[in-house]
Amino acid sequence: MRLLTHNMLACNIKGVTNGFPLGIDATRVETKEVEMNPDFLKHIFPKLRWEAFRAAAHSLGIDNLPEQVDSNMLLDEEFLQQFHHALLEVHLEEGALICPETGRRFPVSKGIPNMLLNEDEV
Amino acid sequence: MDIALDVVEGQPRATPLSLVTTLEEYRKPLLPSPRRKSADIRLVARHADVYEPCDDSFALVDALLADRANICELQPSVCLEVGCGSGYVVASLALMLSDRRNIRFIATDISKSAVETTRSTLAAHNLHADVLVADLVSGIESSIAGAVDVLVFNPPYVPTADDEVGVGGIASAWAGGDRGRVVIDRMLEVVDSILSSKGWFYLVTVTANNPGEICQIMRRKGFASRIVIQRSTEEESLHVLKFWRDGTNESSDPQSNGPLVSPSGRASFLQRSLSHRLSCLVSFKSV
Repeated sequence: MRLLTHNMLACNIKGVTNGFPLGIDATRVETKEVEMNPDFLKHIFPKLRWEAFRAAAHSLGIDNLPEQVDSNMLLDEEFLQQFHHALLEVHLEEGALICPETGRRFPVSKGIPNMLLNEDEV
Repeated sequence: MDIALDVVEGQPRATPLSLVTTLEEYRKPLLPSPRRKSADIRLVARHADVYEPCDDSFALVDALLADRANICELQPSVCLEVGCGSGYVVASLALMLSDRRNIRFIATDISKSAVETTRSTLAAHNLHADVLVADLVSGIESSIAGAVDVLVFNPPYVPTADDEVGVGGIASAWAGGDRGRVVIDRMLEVVDSILSSKGWFYLVTVTANNPGEICQIMRRKGFASRIVIQRSTEEESLHVLKFWRDGTNESSDPQSNGPLVSPSGRASFLQRSLSHRLSCLVSFKSV
C-alpha cells in the first residue's frame, strides 16, 4: 500500500466524525522503485492532504518532507524526487491503520488495507 | 442505440505454433505488449475463491473499448472499479488509457482474495492502482466524493435468496439476492455522491435485474442512460448500461450513439424508447 492510498482512507464506523487520517503501525515496509511521472505528481499534488501525508511518511521513517508546501515547489527537481519517493515508492506491506478517534485497527496484509467493518460498526 | 458491438482485438489470441522456434523462446516470460488495449488473459491471476474473467467481464471491457475515444476525451482524473475480482477489468481500463499518464486508478472488492488477485494481475501488467478490501466504497467514500470520473461495476447480479448475499468466498462475486438487485441497489445509492459532475458510470446487468427499472431509478436521481453493449447467451441476456448526469455531454461524437438527452426534444423520445425497449426485453424473457 502506497502512501497515496493511505491519503484517501478514513475510518467510517457509524458515529465517528474524525476518522481521518488513520495512524500507521508498520510491521513491514518495502521500497519499490518506480519511474517518476511528473505529470501525475503535479496532477495529484493539489488534491493531496499534505499534513496527513507528511505525518504518514514520518511514521514510516521519512523525515525530509517540508511542513509547508506550494505548487511552485514542484519545479524543484529535488523536492519532486522526495515527493515521488514518499508517495509512490514506499509501501506499507504489513501492519495496521488506526482510527484516530476510536483506536480501531484496520489490518494491512500483503500490502492491502482491509476497510471492512463488523456488523455492529455499520 | 442498442448496438451490439464486438470489438476485435488487434492481438492474436495465442502465438501460432510455427512461430515458436525453441523451447526457450516458448518459456519467455509473458510481457504485456505496449500496444495492448485490454488485459492479457494469460497474465490475469487466478484464485479458487475469485471469479475468473467470463462473458460479463468481456462484455464490460468491450463496452469500455467501444467508448474509449469518449473516455479519453473526458480526460478523467480518477477511475474506480468496485468489485474488481480478478482485476481483468481495471487492468484493461488502465491499459486502454495508458497514453494518459495522470489518471489515478482505484479498485475495491469485498473479498480479500479478490483484491490480492487484482494486485497480482496489475503487477503482471506493470500497472499501479490503489487497491483495498471494502464494502463498495467503505473507507474512501468521503475522499472520493464528487471525484470519480469513470466508475465501473460488474455487480453480483444473479438472483438468489437474500441471505446468500455477501456470505464470503466466490459466492460474493455472483449472489445478488432478490432479482439480483440487492448489491446493485446499494450501489445506485452511492453513485450520485461519488461521481464527478462530468462522471460516467458503467454497470453490467442481466434481464432478471430489470435494467429498465434501474434506468428509471437513476433517471429520478438526475441521470440519463444508454445501453453500450447488449449480448445474449443461452444463460442470460447481458447489458452494459452507461449513466451520466442529465445535461452533461455523454459523447464527444454526436454522430455516434448521440446523447439521449438533447435540447431538441429527440431526447425524451429516445429515453422513452430505451425504457420501452428494456421493458420489452424484460417481458420477452418472462413469457
